[in-house]
Amino acid sequence: MFKKLAASAVAAVMLTTGAFAAGGAGGHVENIDFSFDGPFGSYDQNQLQRGLQIYTEICAACHGLQYVPIRTLADEGGPNLPDDQVRAYAEFYEVFDPELDDFRPATENDHFPGSNLENAPDLTMMAKARAGFHGPYGLGINQLLKGMGGPEYIAALLQGYTGEEKEEAGAVLYENTIFPGGWIAMAPPLYGEDLDFADGHANDLHHLSEDVSAFLMWTAEPKLMARKQAGFVGVVFLTILSVLLYLTNKRLWAPVKARYKK
Amino acid sequence: MGGIPHDHYEPKAAWEKGLAKRLPIVGLLYDTLMIPTPKNLNWMWIWGIVLTFCLALQIITGIVLVMHYTPHVDYAFASIEHIMRNVNGGHMLRYLHMNGASLFFVAVYAHIFRGLYYGSYKAPREITWIIGMLIYLLMMGTAFMGYVLPWGQMSFWGATVITGLFGAIPFVGEALQTWLLGGPAVDNATLNRFFSLHYLLPFVIAGLVIVHIWAFHTTGNNNPTGVEVRRGSKEEAEKDTLPFWPYFVIKDLFALAVILVVFFAIVGFMPNYLGHPDNYIEANPLATPAHIVPEWYFLPFYAILRAFTADVWVVIIAETLTGGIIDAKFFGVVAMFGAIAVMALAPWLDTSSVRSARYRPMLKWWFWLLVVDFFALMWLGAMPAEEPFASLSLIASAYWFAYFLVILPLLGVIEKPDATPATIEEDFAAHYGGDDAGAAPSSQPAE
Repeated sequence: MFKKLAASAVAAVMLTTGAFAAGGAGGHVENIDFSFDGPFGSYDQNQLQRGLQIYTEICAACHGLQYVPIRTLADEGGPNLPDDQVRAYAEFYEVFDPELDDFRPATENDHFPGSNLENAPDLTMMAKARAGFHGPYGLGINQLLKGMGGPEYIAALLQGYTGEEKEEAGAVLYENTIFPGGWIAMAPPLYGEDLDFADGHANDLHHLSEDVSAFLMWTAEPKLMARKQAGFVGVVFLTILSVLLYLTNKRLWAPVKARYKK
Repeated sequence: MGGIPHDHYEPKAAWEKGLAKRLPIVGLLYDTLMIPTPKNLNWMWIWGIVLTFCLALQIITGIVLVMHYTPHVDYAFASIEHIMRNVNGGHMLRYLHMNGASLFFVAVYAHIFRGLYYGSYKAPREITWIIGMLIYLLMMGTAFMGYVLPWGQMSFWGATVITGLFGAIPFVGEALQTWLLGGPAVDNATLNRFFSLHYLLPFVIAGLVIVHIWAFHTTGNNNPTGVEVRRGSKEEAEKDTLPFWPYFVIKDLFALAVILVVFFAIVGFMPNYLGHPDNYIEANPLATPAHIVPEWYFLPFYAILRAFTADVWVVIIAETLTGGIIDAKFFGVVAMFGAIAVMALAPWLDTSSVRSARYRPMLKWWFWLLVVDFFALMWLGAMPAEEPFASLSLIASAYWFAYFLVILPLLGVIEKPDATPATIEEDFAAHYGGDDAGAAPSSQPAE
């Protein structure tokens, strides 16, 4: 009885195959075991706070997070900073207020500023706008097993510099094994030990890259934990409903089928 | 409604009689819900309910999303992020709507291939089939325009490529494309009209769904045997059928619940799996993405569109014969729409006297090859336009047309169908009767 249904489900999964064509020409992106992976994964608040520090001290010099309201730094499903810290953090930025027609210190209700440099992309959605994993053969199996790989891509890119540079049309390009095309306009932003954490957490290049990638996953998907919870509740309740409907259906049809037995 | 004899609604209380005299709505609902349905329907007959659910889900989530969305090139992308971050439950609404589109297409493809296998398109159900094809076309239009609304990179470039197809039409193409876009390129005018139509078309679909149901309630459902319900008397009909409520409603709801478990798992745990990462980058008319790939449900027809390049002999012939009016691009467009058109013409292309492929030993094989072909085209549609994918696309496209234009007409003549069961009851009894397959039912009375 379930054969056709199972076949349909398999077909549905197979249908997803084509959506992912060959992606960038970049190098191999390693899967990272992030705390937010998997159906029950959640953000590691300490990691998000470290990532925020890296973003603020390094990335924010050029990049922006224009879609992220500063107040969400206090979100439970996010960095979960205390309110007074969020307020203090907001004042660090200046925003243009059209009502005052002047700049003023930001409040927690403002968004992070956008990018300072024209060719530095906004980072809000970067972890969802990039895919670290592809294929194989355009079948989408790697994405199914490991996730889309956005944060992994960012972490790999930050560690992908070879140290080679070249000048092209007046701009310096840096060789990067992960970036499509192999040459990126962004100078290596992290070298390791670029900053110190108050709690003395490891600050080598590898750890910094992972922490800031995790933070950018949060900026891209701030409701990840609420979503997974809703998904879990949905799956559990619908499974119970399925069982109940299965039993109802079985009982409903039993006399009809029994009439033809033997 | 319906040519199958069955009990009709009898108003009893005074107010019921009064209402029935003025507006026979209760009778209409009763007859619709109690329609005699072949009792041997299998699990491939559940997709109608899934589709109805999808339409309702998309309309309900869509209406709420519209309350927070801004259809303007400067604000559309930001308003989606506003929904994802600031609207209560907004991220779930959007992910349900996004993935709801995919569920809709999984269901519609299963529904269509069910119809192709069991010959549901054949007389007297041609109108049901044609309306279904219209619904499918409108679904594609609606999904395509909906994908443009977030105003991401794939939205913009997908819209540019697809509306460019209309530009390929000889003589009027360019004017038509400008008229569709509301300007020389995809811009604010395009976004606004797509938004307007994306809101309108689902209600047109809902209207056509009613006509679709009306049509097959008039002819009666097809069933896995393709054998008609006996209509000589009510007693005879009742041996072949059961009322839709509760037997099929409960069965369909069970199937729907199982499908929704999978659906909720995708929405909850991997909502972006079916999407393209590039659509999280705001549209930029100056930066073309490396690969412009449509959503998965368009890929088979996208593969057909791209298969007919200028070096294919049929294209060369068409180009030579028409003095260059039909070029490779226009040929591709015609092939893409033609692929759906030949499917819509199936009722008249299939010459066999037997409906269900269950009793058609040769068609069975060709049918499953068509299913494989469909998935192959889907895969090829996402591959880069180079060898060996180009040649494979051409072969797969050729088979799609051959199935409808050659195999369906020819098999009706050369194939020797197996014997079909005399009645639906006989099929049902064979399935549930154990050793004594096919025997007449025992005289045990119904409960």
